Amino acid sequence: MKGTPILSRAQRETLFAPIVANNPIGVQVLGICSALAVTTRLDKAIVMGLGVTIVTACANVAISTVRNWIPNSIRIIVQLAIIASLVIMVDQVLRAYLYELSLELSVFVGLIITNCIVMGRAEGYAMANPPWASFLDGIGNGLGYALVLLLVALTRELAGAGRVLGHTVLRTVSDGGWYEPNSLMLIAPSALFLIALLVWALRTWKPELQEKD
Amino acid sequence: MTAAIMQHFADLFVKSVFLENMALAFFLGMCSFLACSRKVETAIGLGVAVVFVQVLTVPLNNLILHHLLAEGALGWLSPSLAKVDLGFLAFILFISTIAAATQVVEMSVDRFAPKLYATLGVFLPLIAVNCVILAGSLFMQERDYTFGESVVYGVGSGLGWGIAIVAMAAVREKMRYSNVPAGLKGLGITFITAGLMSIAFMLFSGIQL
Repeated sequence: MKGTPILSRAQRETLFAPIVANNPIGVQVLGICSALAVTTRLDKAIVMGLGVTIVTACANVAISTVRNWIPNSIRIIVQLAIIASLVIMVDQVLRAYLYELSLELSVFVGLIITNCIVMGRAEGYAMANPPWASFLDGIGNGLGYALVLLLVALTRELAGAGRVLGHTVLRTVSDGGWYEPNSLMLIAPSALFLIALLVWALRTWKPELQEKD
Repeated sequence: MTAAIMQHFADLFVKSVFLENMALAFFLGMCSFLACSRKVETAIGLGVAVVFVQVLTVPLNNLILHHLLAEGALGWLSPSLAKVDLGFLAFILFISTIAAATQVVEMSVDRFAPKLYATLGVFLPLIAVNCVILAGSLFMQERDYTFGESVVYGVGSGLGWGIAIVAMAAVREKMRYSNVPAGLKGLGITFITAGLMSIAFMLFSGIQL
């Protein structure tokens, strides 16, 4: 069965490019703050990644729809108002259905408002492109962010506590097993080291991304 | 003011500058922390601007929270509003205050201190979307600070972030002479440096206040 594909070639490019080749964290250097703080456990990272993906996609659609009516001088405030309303909705949903987790994420749900990925894509893409393309761009960038978050969180939870999503995978010595947990992985700076390693790997694979002095 | 209150404020100040350093303990404001730390001069400019805006917005948001949003805060308008809790509007009001405050600061600095504006001018609009500022207000809400505490916290958290970015810029200026692997140049090595600095800052967590 060959029909017209759902997405054209350019649209697929918009959707998939940000996931690896133009990754928001590794290449565009956006949204680092929350990437570091919420990656101690995999479940926090999943929720945060989903939240950012939803907010980026919806904000992109909303801003792209009204882009021709926004006066240039107040565009930042208009964008912030749209993004803040979306984040309020995400926060309320989390509080209603995942209360424990929302307490642990504490201020970081609110900080999605100032997450540079959301602002960066709104300003850099949605202000100049139609809603459907902006939606794909938002999903793509959100997933690219989520991917890095998942990798870092998986490493930290597995190496730091021997668990994945709360299930014991490597039995630790204190539990009578053989695995000696690496407690460096539980403290915040380890996220910085892991992201640095990811960036290093990505830039060795794609040398054109390397920075000159 | 009694000595006990002074002591409490001093503790909070030290805590917000060193123990709970916004940049190196919570990793907030990382985007500008990485982007604007190439030169010490720029770093100082941004640090001062952050302190400035932080001191203004945290207490302002504290007033908004306690006199407009908290449960029963609107009771004086009419008894029917005595049970209204507008807490869920905190995000949007906080960010509007911040955006407005940065705008006002920018205009008044331009009008009254043109020299300062020449150095800070570029950074002020950026600050509206710097997560340190919003995080300051959100932590203030989460920890239930009083007005006095929020002033101290605003100064402390802004200053702590400023110190961190200036230190980072100083390290990066020296690093220009080092031979960094090609793939780590720029972003990668900056991450690692920030990680090491943050481990150093963890020393402060041993202080009992």
